[in-house]
Amino acid sequence: MAIPTPATTAAAAGSSAPSSRTLTDHRRMRPRRWFTELGWRHVVGVVAVVYAAFPLVYVLSASLSENGTLTGSNTLFADVSGANYAELGTTMFWTWMANTLVIAVATSVGTVLMGAAAAYAFSRFRFAGRRIGLTALLIVQMFPQMLAFVAIFLLLLGLGNVVPVLGLNSKIALIAVYLGGALGVNTFLMYGFFNTVPRELDEAAKIDGATHSQVYWTIILRLVAPILAVVALLSFIATFGEFIIARIVLTSESNWTLAVGLYGWVSSLREANWGLFTAGAVISALPVLALFLYLQKYIVGGLTAGSVKG
Amino acid sequence: MSSPQVTSAATTAGSSGDDVPPRRRGRTSRPDASHARSYGPGFIAKLVLMAVVDALGVYVVWSAWTQDSYGILAVSLALLVAANWVYFTRRALALKYILPGLGFLLVFQIFVVAYTGYVAFTNYGTGHNGTKDQAVEALLVQNERRVEGSPSLPLTVVEDGGTLGFAVVGEDGAVTAGTAEQPLSAQDDATVQDGRATEVPGYAVVDREQILERQDEVTDLRVPVSDDPEDGSIRTTDARTGYVYTSVLEYDAASDTITDTSTGVTYTPNDDGQFEAADGSTLAVGWRVPVGFDNFVTAFSDGRYAQPFLKILVWTFVFAIGSVVTTFLLGLFLAIVFNDTRLRGRRVYRTLMILPYAVPGFLAALLWSGLLNTRFGYVNQVLLGGAEIPWLTDPFLAKLSVLAVNLWLGFPYMFLICTGALQSLPSDVMEAARIDGAGRWRTWRSITLPLLLVATAPLLISSFAFNFNNFTLIYMLTGGGPRFADASVPLGHTDILISMVYSISGVDGSATKDFGLASALSIVIFVIVGGISALAFRSTRKFEEIN
Repeated sequence: MAIPTPATTAAAAGSSAPSSRTLTDHRRMRPRRWFTELGWRHVVGVVAVVYAAFPLVYVLSASLSENGTLTGSNTLFADVSGANYAELGTTMFWTWMANTLVIAVATSVGTVLMGAAAAYAFSRFRFAGRRIGLTALLIVQMFPQMLAFVAIFLLLLGLGNVVPVLGLNSKIALIAVYLGGALGVNTFLMYGFFNTVPRELDEAAKIDGATHSQVYWTIILRLVAPILAVVALLSFIATFGEFIIARIVLTSESNWTLAVGLYGWVSSLREANWGLFTAGAVISALPVLALFLYLQKYIVGGLTAGSVKG
Repeated sequence: MSSPQVTSAATTAGSSGDDVPPRRRGRTSRPDASHARSYGPGFIAKLVLMAVVDALGVYVVWSAWTQDSYGILAVSLALLVAANWVYFTRRALALKYILPGLGFLLVFQIFVVAYTGYVAFTNYGTGHNGTKDQAVEALLVQNERRVEGSPSLPLTVVEDGGTLGFAVVGEDGAVTAGTAEQPLSAQDDATVQDGRATEVPGYAVVDREQILERQDEVTDLRVPVSDDPEDGSIRTTDARTGYVYTSVLEYDAASDTITDTSTGVTYTPNDDGQFEAADGSTLAVGWRVPVGFDNFVTAFSDGRYAQPFLKILVWTFVFAIGSVVTTFLLGLFLAIVFNDTRLRGRRVYRTLMILPYAVPGFLAALLWSGLLNTRFGYVNQVLLGGAEIPWLTDPFLAKLSVLAVNLWLGFPYMFLICTGALQSLPSDVMEAARIDGAGRWRTWRSITLPLLLVATAPLLISSFAFNFNNFTLIYMLTGGGPRFADASVPLGHTDILISMVYSISGVDGSATKDFGLASALSIVIFVIVGGISALAFRSTRKFEEIN
């Protein structure tokens, strides 16, 4: 590691001459030096990948095993059959999947719409109470909504007497509860990003006669698309895996989400349901996994946006 | 410029002054140019949306009125008026954008947090569920007995749109019918055969098979004889004959006492929200009363709760801090290892390593609960060659397992943010250090690490707050177990505060409900988490972002 900087700058600059030099460096490196500088990193990498991936390989193997028990799943890929997946059709699994997707998509769309609108107002307008509003949001952020689940339960109990669709055992009520937590968590992330869009753009549009809503829908929202994607995705993932409120609100089996339903499978008769659970786990992890890998770049940017920019 | 048009929002906008004034001028001179006055697609969309909102709002207000829920009535009316004002005035520009989110935030976050605060100071829970009037009514209903010597009435089980009811033939041969909500009313057009009603207009007669299916519902059903509860109600045990039941308890509103007519004992209300007799015995149903700090006192000093509470509090801190430290160290280590552009296949490593982060947390916890199963799990059976290590059932090992599983779940996140932070370090500072002759270790310790910590500190705090309340992991992996051997409450060694609150609240229906104590504990968590994040954010000057 005597010359890490030239290599780094070379890669960064991307010019042809230095990069060919690194290549020759690489070739000239003696095996021992190669190991102390780079090889051990591969070793660490392989170990880390095995650590990260082996449970996933296991769950895939168990889901394909013909024998649906925990013990029967211990030999990886001993047999490959779709029996567990076929059996999912005889359960409520697909109903839960649909419920979860409906709830998660509705929540993430609502979160993005409401969060972006609020961030736009805080970023672009100067109004009485703006400072207090921002401070209040920051404080609200520190009190996770989930902690108040007892009060949420009691609130829905009361609301249900008046408007059944907002009461217990209603998916719409659950979405409304999730949306209640939306503003506190996401406005700041978006607010920071909105501030990076130059105000000259909206001013120019306004001089050309655009209204505030035209500026918002046609200019700002397009420019902040990356942060909208991040917030939508984070909200989708969070809702997808949320358990405690979903468990309390959704009482009947046909309304359950995946988290509630799969928990039921594993906690009761752990042995017999293992094959079913693993098959369900593979299928339910897929949409999140696919979205995640597809939008990886944005997520990494979004995660660090809040902090690094300070 | 006409002064009435200057809104409070616009006035403040004027000071920092860039976007609003030109628009307002435009409005004053050409009123028709305003968005609200031009009947374009945007305006139509707004009208349609507001019509839907108003229709729903009016429906909610009206149902609240019919149900006598004045709290809900007031709040929904206020929200409705606010929405209409905000969207049809030219003022309140900012509120047009904030209101939808704000409405949800107020009801489903701020209100519930405040309500938690209120419930924490009451004895809300099993046996203390409602108001005093509701308690009196419930007591009267629950203590109904068959009236001595009352006639047996031929009875038919009927149904009105899914709601069960009874149709009975009185001694005079007249048919009356009703449901739990609707007292008996005369049914002149009903058909009677063999002294039993066989057809009642407006109701469907329930056949024998269905009655068997809904047996419990039928035997629990009570149809009031009239609007006056004193008249009692009709009940049945065999779905064929009904009897008039009246309550053995009698409530006297004037003296606010309940008298048991069978024993003659008089019960008077006490401070705990229950009716109490002179000998100290109480009636089963009580009502909700404020109890001051009793719930907090219970949590900290009651024999049943104090010991587990302290253990759980300590473990919650150990778990939250331990989780952040272990995941951060592993993530940082890996970030440093892979922060070398000469390394081939970095992207492949990275993609594979962050897989655990992309798996929903509940799935991972459930999966590991199977992997760590003592007798059949993969870890014991295959990796450890058939050992029977009680990973999730031994108090110490269970804690270790929880931390280990959370390490697996959490290190990719830390790896990502550390990589991001490392890559955004200013290269000029590094270069300056090198020119000044600082070695690699020195540069790392004096420049890289401090900058990295500054950059990641807010995320570490959020991570702490998240893990402090990581209910899903604990509940799905160990369920809080193994149980404390000495405690009478269903709590265990790996329970954290939030899962303790869950167990005590009994909202899942498995235990007696104690909303008061559960809310009090929630408040304790709020204070801890809020206090720590406030301190931490203040020190990282997050507040300055507001400007």
